[in-house]
Amino acid sequence: MTVARPWRLGLRALALGYLGALLLVPVGLVFYRTFEGGLGEVWASVTTPAAVSAFWLTVTVAAIAVPLNTVLGVVCALALVRGRSRGRALLDLVIDLPFAVSPIVIGLSLILVFGAGGWIELPFQVIFSTPGIVLATTFVSLPFVVREVVPVLREVGEEQEQAAATLGASRWQAFWRITLPSIRFGIVYGTILSVARAIGEFGAVSVVSGRISGETETLTLLVEKRFNNFDLAGAYAASTVLALIAVATLLALTLVKPRQETSS
Amino acid sequence: MITAHAVGKRFGDFVALHDVDLEVPDGSLTALLGPSGSGKSTLLRVIAGLETPDTGRVEIHGRDVTHVPPQRRGIGFVFQHYAAFKHMTVRENVAFGLRIRRRPRAETTARVDELLGIVGLSGYAARYPSQLSGGQRQRMALARALAVAPKVLLLDEPFGALDANVRAELREWLRRLHEQVDVTTVLVTHDQEEAMAIADRIVVVNDGRVEQVGSAREIYDRPANHFVMGFLGPVTRLGGSLVRPHDVAIAGGLNGSGNGDGRRATVLRVVHLGFEVRVELELDDGEQASVQLARGEADQLAVEVGDTVAVRATRAPALSA
Repeated sequence: MTVARPWRLGLRALALGYLGALLLVPVGLVFYRTFEGGLGEVWASVTTPAAVSAFWLTVTVAAIAVPLNTVLGVVCALALVRGRSRGRALLDLVIDLPFAVSPIVIGLSLILVFGAGGWIELPFQVIFSTPGIVLATTFVSLPFVVREVVPVLREVGEEQEQAAATLGASRWQAFWRITLPSIRFGIVYGTILSVARAIGEFGAVSVVSGRISGETETLTLLVEKRFNNFDLAGAYAASTVLALIAVATLLALTLVKPRQETSS
Repeated sequence: MITAHAVGKRFGDFVALHDVDLEVPDGSLTALLGPSGSGKSTLLRVIAGLETPDTGRVEIHGRDVTHVPPQRRGIGFVFQHYAAFKHMTVRENVAFGLRIRRRPRAETTARVDELLGIVGLSGYAARYPSQLSGGQRQRMALARALAVAPKVLLLDEPFGALDANVRAELREWLRRLHEQVDVTTVLVTHDQEEAMAIADRIVVVNDGRVEQVGSAREIYDRPANHFVMGFLGPVTRLGGSLVRPHDVAIAGGLNGSGNGDGRRATVLRVVHLGFEVRVELELDDGEQASVQLARGEADQLAVEVGDTVAVRATRAPALSA
């Protein structure tokens, strides 16, 4: 389709303006406000015991939830695309639940299941403790890897795996040597989205965590608490830490560079 | 010897194979020939173990392999669309089977070099499949399949995605390769010319059944039924029998009273196709027939539209209509 030049420029300006107004300006302002009072103040604000604890809790939760969802996500994607069982349609539906249901509802349902007097009693505390936060985060970030890997698996097709089988590879060998390398960019992209969601989750975590400062308070909860306590500078500083974690993940994963075969 | 005993396969309501029996002698180059949807590819995939038959048995060299997975059947398989491992170089592709078998590194390198030489890709070892032409990718796929020295080589429309000239070249090349390597080859194709050019045995498959088995000559000259006759080449009807258009002779100069043998016919059309000339006729009973003449022959006869000629079959008809 060819579009006249003024239209093209207009569309481009619209797209960039939209992106700028919604994303770049607010995030830029957060950075600006953070460093307005000088670096020393920022450093003091992000190294309080509560902030350090929140940082490590957020990182720990993401470090458990994301790998879990990556492995399960690949398994689910394989079941959806390569599987022959009748349960596939149901699985397809269930995977999207975290997208469809509000995180607050997810949090409340976890309390019903794992809370005091809930359906499931575990020997350790789940609700108002780290396991509950991990559970909630895992649940809300579940669909990303699946949804990124499924189309890639479809696109790649089954022939390379079959060729590997005729060459003597077991299913496991075919998976490691053929399937996994062919879908790795889907996995990487899904993981980036999962990390972003995991560190940014607020609703479900806010319900199940109990918000005990220095114990079950994640960075997002800390931001909200500081904001409510009129500690704006502190809220901005904690937000910046969140943004930096996201940027670091993005950088780390883009190091998995596309190789030759995708260049042409 | 590869044997299929009463192999049946369904996909939902569609019956791909109706209790097919097949024997492929050791060392032969056998073509499974049929139109698309005839079941020929399914039969090949059943032999490879890529499909499990619903009924029947498959044996390779006397061993029942019906429920043996493809990786333990000792076969090589070549796909129509190459199935190249895109994230591996040509060398890694060809070495794949040997590395799975944990052969010593030096042996693998030597074997891969030898095969790349055979398929004419020696200078391409470090390239990725996306940097090769279709013909080169298919040669790489052949080298990959042959690297582990399979006793059986199965090819599913291997030249189907290639240009006509590359196809003809690779066909000749495969024939020579088959003679050099000690392997039983089964090739699936829908191109009767390809089957006749390359195979020493042709199995004609249609509608999930084997219609006829024989050499190219046998099935061309003595087709078992109308389908085989029609699938292998042009057919024309002449006085209640089916004959090949090149097995009909024309005698001219009958514009006066009819003499000589044969049936009278009127020339409707003369089509010059370079080395051959096709003459469309209307027989005295109103039926239409088509005759194929060599150019020299046609020039000598000098038939023109509207001429009355005599036609007769020069070979005993293969089948009655």
